[in-house]
Amino acid sequence: MAANPLARLPDRDFDYWSAAHLLRRAGFGGTPEVIQTLLASGLDDAVDRLVEFTPTVDDGDRFDRDIMRPRSTEENRILAEARTRGDEATVERYRRARQQRQKRDRAQLRKIRRWWLERMIKTTEPLEEKMTLFWHGHFATGYRTVEDSWHLMIQNRLFRTHAVDDFATLTRSIIRDPAMLQYLDGDQNRKGRPNENLARELMELFVLGEGNGYTEADIREGARALTGFTYVDDDFTFRKDRHDAGQKLILGRRGSFDGDGFVNVLLAQPETSRFLCEKLYRFFVDDGPKSPDAEGRQVVEGMAKTLRRSKYRLGPVLGQLFRSRHFYAPERRASIVKSPIQLVVQSIRELGTPIRDENVLLEATDLMGQNLLQPPSVKGWDGGRSWINTATLFVRQNTLVYQLTGRLPGLDAAQKGAAAEPFASERLVDHLVTNGPPDPDLVVDYLLRFTLGTTPHPDRRETVRAFLRDVGDRIDRDRITAMLALITAMPEYQLA
Amino acid sequence: MSPEPRAYTRRVFLQRGATLASTAATIPWFVQNAAAGVTPTTSMVSSVPGIPDDRVMVIIQLGGGNDGLNTVVPYYADEYARLRPRIGFGGPGSNRPAGAALELDEATGLGLHPRLTGFKSLFDDGKLEIVQGVGYPNPNRSHFASMDIWHTGRSDGQGTGWLGRYFDNTCNGSPIPEAAISIGRRAPLALMGDVQKPVSFEDARLFRWKGEDLHDAMKAPYEKVVRAGALDGIDPDSQAAYLMRTSLDAQISSDRIRAAVRRSANAGYPRGPLADQLRLIAAMIRDGMPTRVYYATLGGFDTHGSQSGSHANLMGQLGDSVKAFQADLDAQGAADQVLTMVFSEFGRRVAENGSGGTDHGTAAPVFLIGDQVRPGVIGNHPSLTDLDGGDLRFGIDFRSVYAGLLTDWFKVDSASVLGTDHPPAHLLRS
Repeated sequence: MAANPLARLPDRDFDYWSAAHLLRRAGFGGTPEVIQTLLASGLDDAVDRLVEFTPTVDDGDRFDRDIMRPRSTEENRILAEARTRGDEATVERYRRARQQRQKRDRAQLRKIRRWWLERMIKTTEPLEEKMTLFWHGHFATGYRTVEDSWHLMIQNRLFRTHAVDDFATLTRSIIRDPAMLQYLDGDQNRKGRPNENLARELMELFVLGEGNGYTEADIREGARALTGFTYVDDDFTFRKDRHDAGQKLILGRRGSFDGDGFVNVLLAQPETSRFLCEKLYRFFVDDGPKSPDAEGRQVVEGMAKTLRRSKYRLGPVLGQLFRSRHFYAPERRASIVKSPIQLVVQSIRELGTPIRDENVLLEATDLMGQNLLQPPSVKGWDGGRSWINTATLFVRQNTLVYQLTGRLPGLDAAQKGAAAEPFASERLVDHLVTNGPPDPDLVVDYLLRFTLGTTPHPDRRETVRAFLRDVGDRIDRDRITAMLALITAMPEYQLA
Repeated sequence: MSPEPRAYTRRVFLQRGATLASTAATIPWFVQNAAAGVTPTTSMVSSVPGIPDDRVMVIIQLGGGNDGLNTVVPYYADEYARLRPRIGFGGPGSNRPAGAALELDEATGLGLHPRLTGFKSLFDDGKLEIVQGVGYPNPNRSHFASMDIWHTGRSDGQGTGWLGRYFDNTCNGSPIPEAAISIGRRAPLALMGDVQKPVSFEDARLFRWKGEDLHDAMKAPYEKVVRAGALDGIDPDSQAAYLMRTSLDAQISSDRIRAAVRRSANAGYPRGPLADQLRLIAAMIRDGMPTRVYYATLGGFDTHGSQSGSHANLMGQLGDSVKAFQADLDAQGAADQVLTMVFSEFGRRVAENGSGGTDHGTAAPVFLIGDQVRPGVIGNHPSLTDLDGGDLRFGIDFRSVYAGLLTDWFKVDSASVLGTDHPPAHLLRS
């Protein structure tokens, strides 16, 4: 075990494969040219380039914010009168109008999903999107309960704005976020009849972490502090008349806390930085069932210290992590299970396949267990091994076949007349071409290592090499694509 | 139970696992685990005397909200006729415009949709049980939300599926790849546990790698890659080793499922998606798959407008497909080990709407089919006069139905699976 696993990686160890590893973990991977560029800038600049990014332009305003706007006072009056009169026709008209709007809103939700997927595929600032995905899983909020696509859009924007910013501000913002307030019944939390949902999850899942020394009484007191935090249409509102301004006792601290006061008490706990850093560690470094191991615990401690020193700003923590020896150790390479989104986005960004149909890709990630904007519960996605089972493995393999070849995993594979956009797979080995045809041995070695992210097992190399010999031992587009289909079917391709 | 010896009953399967345990690197993960920790009482094999090892539950989900009142028809009630002037059925011999229901029970004045002749004959044979008025408090009229509530068995619709939890509780921590199989693209939440995940496929021919269609030469290297199991030199606790073992499991599942359905019966089934699914399921049951729950779905029940024709087609499909399925099970001697449950996320409003359809409602009947059901009609028909804002009030909480099935069919403690104390409904014979 290294004396300090967070010590900076020596410059000489930051090679092409380390740069590729950094790009996969801090983002979604890149083509050989992108990796070369990152490598050429050296470790420090490469990490700065990823972590201290310039926020990208937010073009979310293109979506309709009014589809699910609440009824106006006038409309409410008409509806109430119709109900009193027993005017079924008017009531029915309102009911139908609402159904129509819900339908339009679900269509917009699908558009927002495509928009976000496309951002991840095309972004020049991959950590911004990667952390947005992290926060979406952390402060998990699902459409079925929220039923307002624009509110999820606002929340997504919040995550992006605070991607590597400070956790304290993000947390104070999330208790004002309309989607979250709807999802966890914050809007129903009133003086005299508190709803504990949001307070409980702030303690258990969002800030402090389960089992970190809070009691049911603390939850009840926290819920009192949050009373009156609600929203009107798209905006947060503090309803003083619903707020319980009395004294509260939370985790041994006494005060007439409101929502911010409650969050501040949580942020002052030493467990908070450790809890968040362990989650980041599982997301970026090791997602195994026994993570963090002994050295990993040391890393998490070091990260937590940095997080406290930086007043909850994440940039310094991630910068330190992405420079550390621990992060680049051989056993950390190609060792975490790609989330479905990571699998799809990385394969496009890294192999350079055409994007294909985004609806198919999103359907595929859903079948693999990750439906954007609809996490399975407030716990988000468990990640790691839970992504993998006998059914999702076939979906993963077949999605890659689709991306490589444009063949849909249906029975009517040669469907629809229109030929799929070709995938110029030969570009991946361009840099191996000097004069004359490239050496098949070199190409096989490179494709395996590049695609799997680590030195392949000798059996795998032998299998791919034998296949190439079998089909004529030539290097051309079709053969490279066929080899990629084989390599992406390998169980270890699911690792990043 | 089937008289002929089964190639792959669960018990034989586990014994094989035990004898193979010495070749740990090449046998699938789930067999390895099973062989390591299994005694009959802790395994999935039931150790209760007299309970067959191979009890199977088949779930048929009617997606979209089936109109319960036009499925089991209270033709006796004036309110029904009054609120459904266009789409409501009359009693036997009536000349109502929509037609006459099939008489179930003269005394109660209940009938079946005229196209449910399949259910009628199952009813007459004592193989159909109708549980009336099944629902839950504070009904949710969103398809998704209500479906989630039914799938999880929880009022907030959050968390794991009720059958997923059943497997989690009984399978000793190691996932069993084929314990639950769903026919369809998406695995239903009901089958999702923390540990246990269902196998789902739309068509067994697709439950395989599509890359082999690219070139003949690809099949052999693919097989080599995905069936190798954990390669030597790989840390057995690593994510890589886990993936390699799961990959081998996936191939074995695929082989077994595709072999089973190749031998599926053609005779006797009507056309249509539900019949196709049930035929596959019957084939897998015949093959002795270690599967305890199969899941089939039939969609199209969201009948907001002009429902008479479309709902009649669905009813015909449902009744005829289930009847054919039951006959297939009878022929293979498996009828006593299979229980089928039919449900929908909600029923529809009592009054028809202005478009000759019905809008989202609440309580509706659940159907149980099999040799071991308590045949007949269970529970009272919900009142058509004491409505809750135009909707039926439920009589039996669906979790009591689940509890009854868990207790009497799977012989497990229902409260520990459901996490609620809904009393088990008495649904099976004995």
